[in-house]
Amino acid sequence: MLEINDIHVSYGAIRALKGVSCQVDQGEIVALIGANGAGKTTTLRTISGLIRPYTGTISYKGQDIIKLPPHQIVNLGLSQVPEGRRVFTRMTVLENLEMGAYSRNDKANIKLDIKKVFERFPRLEERKGQLSGTLSGGEQQMLAMGRALMSRPTLLLLDEPSMGLAPMLVQEIFSIIQEINQSGTTILLVEQNAHMALSIANRAYVLETGEVVLSGAAQDLANDPQVQKAYLGE
Amino acid sequence: MLSQQILNGITLGATYALIALGYTMVYGIIQLINFAHGEIYMVGAFVGVFMITVFQQGLVVSLAAAMLACVIMGVTIERFAYRPLRRSTRLAPLISAIGLSIFLQTLMTKIKGPQPIPFPHVMEDALYKLGPIEISKVQIIILVVASLLMAGLHFIVKYVKIGKAMRAASEDYDTSALMGINVNRVISFTFAIGSSLAAAGGVLVGLYFNSVSPFMGVTAGLKAFCAAVLGGIGSIPGAMLGGLFIGVAETLGIAGGFDTYKDAIAFTLLIIVLLFRPTGLLGRPIQKKV
Repeated sequence: MLEINDIHVSYGAIRALKGVSCQVDQGEIVALIGANGAGKTTTLRTISGLIRPYTGTISYKGQDIIKLPPHQIVNLGLSQVPEGRRVFTRMTVLENLEMGAYSRNDKANIKLDIKKVFERFPRLEERKGQLSGTLSGGEQQMLAMGRALMSRPTLLLLDEPSMGLAPMLVQEIFSIIQEINQSGTTILLVEQNAHMALSIANRAYVLETGEVVLSGAAQDLANDPQVQKAYLGE
Repeated sequence: MLSQQILNGITLGATYALIALGYTMVYGIIQLINFAHGEIYMVGAFVGVFMITVFQQGLVVSLAAAMLACVIMGVTIERFAYRPLRRSTRLAPLISAIGLSIFLQTLMTKIKGPQPIPFPHVMEDALYKLGPIEISKVQIIILVVASLLMAGLHFIVKYVKIGKAMRAASEDYDTSALMGINVNRVISFTFAIGSSLAAAGGVLVGLYFNSVSPFMGVTAGLKAFCAAVLGGIGSIPGAMLGGLFIGVAETLGIAGGFDTYKDAIAFTLLIIVLLFRPTGLLGRPIQKKV
């Protein structure tokens, strides 16, 4: 479904990605784990079109998307929940969800999808008229996910959904991610919390200083002594 | 007497507010002080004059034509003078804006000469008495047109899809793009709206003071910029409030005998307000990103 081949990205003189390749197949949950600064977020931002790599290819459903602007990539069914949630704090919960459906024009279905988001995240419905800057971190994460679902993605990119959340909430968010996956959305998940990520993923890639150093089935990686030592704190 | 001056001040302030809105919206979305904005206002006034004298049109058509012409001009300026510089240092588009401002003034001087020209006679003015206050037909027109335009703007920003996208993009550029918002189109739209409001301001001011000149955008632009900063740059209600505030203060200042310092009043006010509220009257406190 998504194929990334040898992408290189630089920020000025700093080389952030040095030839990252990975792929995501339909229906999977794929995790991208690694330490701070390994290039996980850069990889996601490159897929979404916010960053242009200077070489490499990214194809999505067989289409080359590397030259497309971000707003067109969303239209292809690829949606991202950015790091730090980035909800529009000065807009209401409802308006945030409407923004998620920006490229759609089917008003009736948009309404239906907003209802679905509220069913999945009942707390958002209670706060739909509230400015989203006043929500708690967990609620903002739910809003960011709901907003990303509003474009009806077939592939959802999640950047550090557990960041800054209490362990209880992390559990909740991760079970929601699994639910979203079971209802037919493919997921590419970036996480520093390798333990959680590997527990729900089918496959995973380990990034280190801009390169993929390990990859394989999530279960195998979780049992790999190297991974355990470096990322699972065992 | 005081209520009369306040009414005159509100009329003047409404025109400042129309110009200030363009500064604040553009700043809100691309953090650029569009120093050519005063010249858009000036060109708007000249297009109005042109429509009335050459095409013998009435005020409504001339106003609409001026707004339309400035929409095209504003969008073109953004496309060719600012967009190519978007990824460069913040100083570059600012210098481009100043250059454009000089260019437009010079161009208009070349075409029309440096002298102010009278605004053509488009209708009979009349004076109405409301108790102790006198209000002229022109004042009524200014207040009505300005209120309608600002109400329209409020409606767009609050309820219309592209207006909501403007708010989203002014808060977070990248995330807006991730939502499927074509941010370039939103920026063009912002320039279109801001320029049309400035053009309306230009025509109304021409009508009010019965004079247009290639240099009218300089002081008016600076004062409207003060109004935008005073109200809190980036804030739409702030620009409206700031414009009215400066208009009233200026009129009261003149009535109080400070007419020599007329143009200094806006700047003095700005300094005083910023000393106590560095983000302006309705500006948001500066948040540090974590």
